[in-house]
Amino acid sequence: MKQFQYVQPATQQAVLEVINKPGTKIIAGGTNLVDLMKRGVTAPDKLVDINHLPLKHITSTPKGLYIGALALNSVVSENKLVAEKQPLLAMALKSGASPQLRNMASVGGNMMQRTRCGYFYDTAMPCNKRVPGSGCGAYEGVNRMHAIFGASSQCIAVHPSDMCVALAALDAVVIIAGKKGEHRVPFTEFHRLPGDHPETDNNLPFGELIVGVEIPNNNLQKNSYYLKVRDRQSYAFALVSVAAALDIENGIIQNARLAMGGVAHKPWRLFDAEKLLIGKKASEESFQQAAQLAMQGAKAYGHNSFKLKLAPASITEALKHAAGLV
Amino acid sequence: MEKAININRPSSADGMSRIDGRLKVTGAAKYSAEYAVEGLTYGVLVGSAIAKGSIAAFDIKTAERAPGVLFVVTYLNAPKVPGFQPDQKGVRAQLKVFNDDKIFYNGQPIALVIADTYERALYGASLVKATYNKEEHQTNLTENFGKGYPPRGDGLYKRGTEDAWKSAPIKLEQEYMVPTNTHNPMELHAIIARWDADDKITVWDKTQGVKATQHDISQLFNIPLENVQVNSRFVGGAFGSALRTWPHEIVAILGAKAVKKPVKLVLSRADMFTSVGYRPHTWQKIGIGATADGKLTGITHQAYGQTSPYENFTEGAVNVSQSLYACPNVNTKYNLVALNVGTPTWMRGPGEATGAFALESALDELSYVLSIDPVELRLRNYAETDPENGKPFSSKYLKEAYQLGADHIGWNDRKQQPGTVKKDGWFVGYGIGCGMFGAYRSGATVKATMKADGTLHLQSAVSDIGPGTGTAMVLIAAEQMGMPADKISFENGASDLPQAPTQGGSATTASVGSAVHQACVELKDKIQKLTGNSGTDNPDYAQILKQHDLPLLEVTAKSTGGEGRDKYSMNSWSVHFVKVLVNGSTGVVKIDKVASVADCGTIISPKTARSQIVGGAIGGIGMALMEEAVIDHRYGRYINNNYADYHVPVNADIPQIDALFVNKPDPILNPMGAKGMAEIALVGMAAAVANAVYNATGKRVRELPITPDKVIA
Repeated sequence: MKQFQYVQPATQQAVLEVINKPGTKIIAGGTNLVDLMKRGVTAPDKLVDINHLPLKHITSTPKGLYIGALALNSVVSENKLVAEKQPLLAMALKSGASPQLRNMASVGGNMMQRTRCGYFYDTAMPCNKRVPGSGCGAYEGVNRMHAIFGASSQCIAVHPSDMCVALAALDAVVIIAGKKGEHRVPFTEFHRLPGDHPETDNNLPFGELIVGVEIPNNNLQKNSYYLKVRDRQSYAFALVSVAAALDIENGIIQNARLAMGGVAHKPWRLFDAEKLLIGKKASEESFQQAAQLAMQGAKAYGHNSFKLKLAPASITEALKHAAGLV
Repeated sequence: MEKAININRPSSADGMSRIDGRLKVTGAAKYSAEYAVEGLTYGVLVGSAIAKGSIAAFDIKTAERAPGVLFVVTYLNAPKVPGFQPDQKGVRAQLKVFNDDKIFYNGQPIALVIADTYERALYGASLVKATYNKEEHQTNLTENFGKGYPPRGDGLYKRGTEDAWKSAPIKLEQEYMVPTNTHNPMELHAIIARWDADDKITVWDKTQGVKATQHDISQLFNIPLENVQVNSRFVGGAFGSALRTWPHEIVAILGAKAVKKPVKLVLSRADMFTSVGYRPHTWQKIGIGATADGKLTGITHQAYGQTSPYENFTEGAVNVSQSLYACPNVNTKYNLVALNVGTPTWMRGPGEATGAFALESALDELSYVLSIDPVELRLRNYAETDPENGKPFSSKYLKEAYQLGADHIGWNDRKQQPGTVKKDGWFVGYGIGCGMFGAYRSGATVKATMKADGTLHLQSAVSDIGPGTGTAMVLIAAEQMGMPADKISFENGASDLPQAPTQGGSATTASVGSAVHQACVELKDKIQKLTGNSGTDNPDYAQILKQHDLPLLEVTAKSTGGEGRDKYSMNSWSVHFVKVLVNGSTGVVKIDKVASVADCGTIISPKTARSQIVGGAIGGIGMALMEEAVIDHRYGRYINNNYADYHVPVNADIPQIDALFVNKPDPILNPMGAKGMAEIALVGMAAAVANAVYNATGKRVRELPITPDKVIA
């Protein structure tokens, strides 16, 4: 890989001073970045190590649950507060990557990880995300893992995270620090669709830093489930995943949260399907209706046509699990 | 000893643990890339970005100027390989790497960047630019059957009437596909090459056969055999990928010559897909016919397998149909299709595993048409002698194996009607698949040295790629010599040790083990001549050497092997029973239970034998459910060439796997009564899984791997 400078600024403020220049990359767990550097996909001049910053805490706040950006995926997945307040997040985290990777990967890094599209990683292949204007290798290529929602002719890659699917479903908020202070972005608006600029994965302003996420309190603990359908039972990206959480009273759905992974350039929240479920009986029939509605606008590209069948089946299956019907 | 063995959780009661286990788990075992050779430099390969054509020009200036880069080797400046020159005879067909500008496949090595560190070499490699004269390539097997050709002769085999299945009362014809599988052992292929003089070289190299590698290097570089030292003390898995000399080994040797320093070349995981062979993508069609009571009347088995443009690779894809069942009429056809891909090579169970997927799936399909239990159908067509040549089998206890496995998996719980059993929302199904592989033995020499302290040292050039060869050799000697195993050591994996065959084809224990056996017999003879008596059960060898004032006693014994092949058909046999759970909504398949039964003669080392069977079953599960190297045919380039995207099973995919052994000696093959087990551990497994998925769901998947999308299709 290209030789690079490695710095470890002492404070968050000092980090913000450094990352404001082109050619810098923040490194936390490095589970994705180092691969990208080895493959020549990215070649930063300077790596800014932030692992020592005090951003690892997981605390209960009046508004909800606060998780620092540097909290490790493994720590979050086994944290008592998380298990108690947001079990869906714990379940999603545990289905991601492998124990070894979760022990290195941070929450902020998980959000910043890049697509696993094979064309993106191979510098001999065209990829608009890697080299804008070079074309999308997957569009007419091998696209079994690719998007069925929100894609563009420029890019049909998917975001690979499981954690993010749960956070999108749970109305989390991303807390971002810049030189002018902190600001908050709804999780569902953090990642973006490819459009004409697939090189940009998310709306994190240049030179700013994710410091944490906050998940508002809810009544979804009892009936939540993260279903991940994949080619092997661990260390595999989702063909389709579903984060489902329900608030059920006397068999009637009071509140619902649904999001999908493995289907779009960002965690794919299913707002319309949620609305449909509210007031309905927690039954397979309701779940199938929601799943059908969720599939509106879906489009496949050849190898991933099976997702048009797998996705609704998975939504129904996840909701059945969440409702305790399995 | 002739009692069936069933090991699910090995304990000390199952015999000795592997002799190098401690070295391996503590990191003390040294693999090829780990030798700290003085003055070492580091090489990184650059692969072609097109699949066919030629190199128009190189731009290596930037790379040459990059920090730490010592040299950039290309065909333009590489030292010539004598063995590649047109007048050379006896050198096998192969990719003449760095010899000219020709490109045969995408990823073909076109340059080697050598630097003072690995990282700097890696960066240097990224700066090498090539332009190409591109030609139209072909990488799609199924679109190129028209270019198929028989590898030798007419590629046809016929017994009885051709296509007899067509006139059978019960018949079916189906197509089966095995995609490209890559060996992908944990240890990356690696070589350190050091020229000791103009005509003398030492390599530390991942190879399954140090003697074969020595021979190849000697021939290619035209240097005397004895001036080539090949070391391969430990091999971190290979499964066939290290059965031959590959281009990257030649490249490292060329690089070391160019920079006049030792060069270490460790392949990247991506290189592993294009540099060291693979199980070839193979299309098959089987027509099978039977009488209403399930007696097979005809099998027609055709296969098209891919190979490279510059070399034929052939394997026994259609052979199982010739010998596995008693069937009077069998005809087979085997064709190769040369595509713009690297040359395939043997991968565990090689062609037999590919062929058994088709044949054992077809037999299962037939069993449902006939409404005959699949085990019963196999029994009705049991071959008591080899139907291919009429010879008696040296040993065959497959019936016993069926019984052991069926009892163990709970075959009686299986319902003949698919899709009728559910547990916790998942469909439950059972499947069976059988395997066979020739039991081979070749010549080997072993040196045995009894030292003054009464310890015994055995030496053989043979590689130990992980099956526990050293452990088995020590156990054979311990039994013969009547001495404790912990007083016996085994040294292997270097070309200056006594002759041994390449470790492959499940033949090592039969071959090298026979030489160990012979060495012990000769050593005992010598001792007997000294003592004048026929010895005791536990002789005190130290005492005997002391009494006769001997510093040591040594013999070098040769075992020839191969006797009896004219009279007998020699094979190992296996049967795999699998219970699966299938989610009807998502198509996810979970293996619930496996019982793999092997008839591989006497079990010499129960613990490592179990590991072999379990490893083979896991390999078979990978082949069945997830393994597929995917090419984008527009570019002729792999797109999942890494461990994250090319899936092999992980712990979460693997349930309890029980290894069972019939454990009856083969009286012919060798004095230990042992037959090989590496291949049969995998052959038949993929079909067993596919058959179980069908039994669970009624969904027949004939194109591997059986991923969720195919189950719900």
